[in-house]
Amino acid sequence: MKVKVIVTLKNGVLDPQGKAIQQTLNGMTFDNVSEVRQGKYFDIEINESDENKAKSQVEEMCKKLLANLVIEDYKIL
Amino acid sequence: MKSSVIIFPGSNCDRDMDVALKKFGFENQMVWHNDAEIPKSDLIVLPGGFSYGDYLRCGSIAGKSRIIKSVIDFANSGGLVLGICNGFQILTETGLLPGILQQNKYLNFICKNVFVKIKNKENKYFKKIKKEVLELHIAHNEGNYFCSEDELKSIEDNDQIAVTYCDHKGNDDEKNNPNGALKNIAGIFNKDKNILGMMPHPERMIDPFLSGEDGSLFFENLIESL
Repeated sequence: MKVKVIVTLKNGVLDPQGKAIQQTLNGMTFDNVSEVRQGKYFDIEINESDENKAKSQVEEMCKKLLANLVIEDYKIL
Repeated sequence: MKSSVIIFPGSNCDRDMDVALKKFGFENQMVWHNDAEIPKSDLIVLPGGFSYGDYLRCGSIAGKSRIIKSVIDFANSGGLVLGICNGFQILTETGLLPGILQQNKYLNFICKNVFVKIKNKENKYFKKIKKEVLELHIAHNEGNYFCSEDELKSIEDNDQIAVTYCDHKGNDDEKNNPNGALKNIAGIFNKDKNILGMMPHPERMIDPFLSGEDGSLFFENLIESL
């Protein structure tokens, strides 16, 4: 089955890339954009038919590799 | 004294480090990331570079490579582990050092000489260095040190800040912060001070032809202290 994960920076952690994107959007006439936070998206194909088992494995993957919990949060979709 | 430099795919300061260690008397050996064991060593060095192309997060993939388990065991048994630049990033990703190196505040790759202030000499890395301020080279895109407030308090309470960015007089204020690092942190220790991670490259300053020799002071002290 496929599991989708989104990793984002925690609130309060500086995101200079998001800031640069926001400023560029503002300069492109999208002047109502007040903030952009950039994140990462993972599509994980896992050989496991039990959804709960698959998600708990992906949760472990998030904690151990996909996200760095010092600055990032993860969400399993 | 025996040292081991670990080579990851994408390491590019491994040979410079090898030259520096040998110049100051280490019997150095190069160790491949996919080896299971590290040969007997008094010092392990994780060199600078772009291990695994900086994929995912700098140092994150190298931090899970096969050799890392023995690096962690060696570090936990009190062995000296030094991580320079990408090596520092790898050490934070393994959890051997707290915090993380984020992208530089102004999104630019910085490649220049900087001054760093030695904040703690009660350790083998800086013990006998007479100077308080060293001129070293930095070259990185992700050197912006960050950690949580609680972590920072613990780092400060345990005197884990090793070096901070400063001017030639040792003023380590915001004005002399090249990359946005918290408290101008350029390098930190673990609690026991046997693990050191730092962004500046001492191995690039070991010869008058290389714009400075303050790196020599670092290696001279290291071989004497071991």
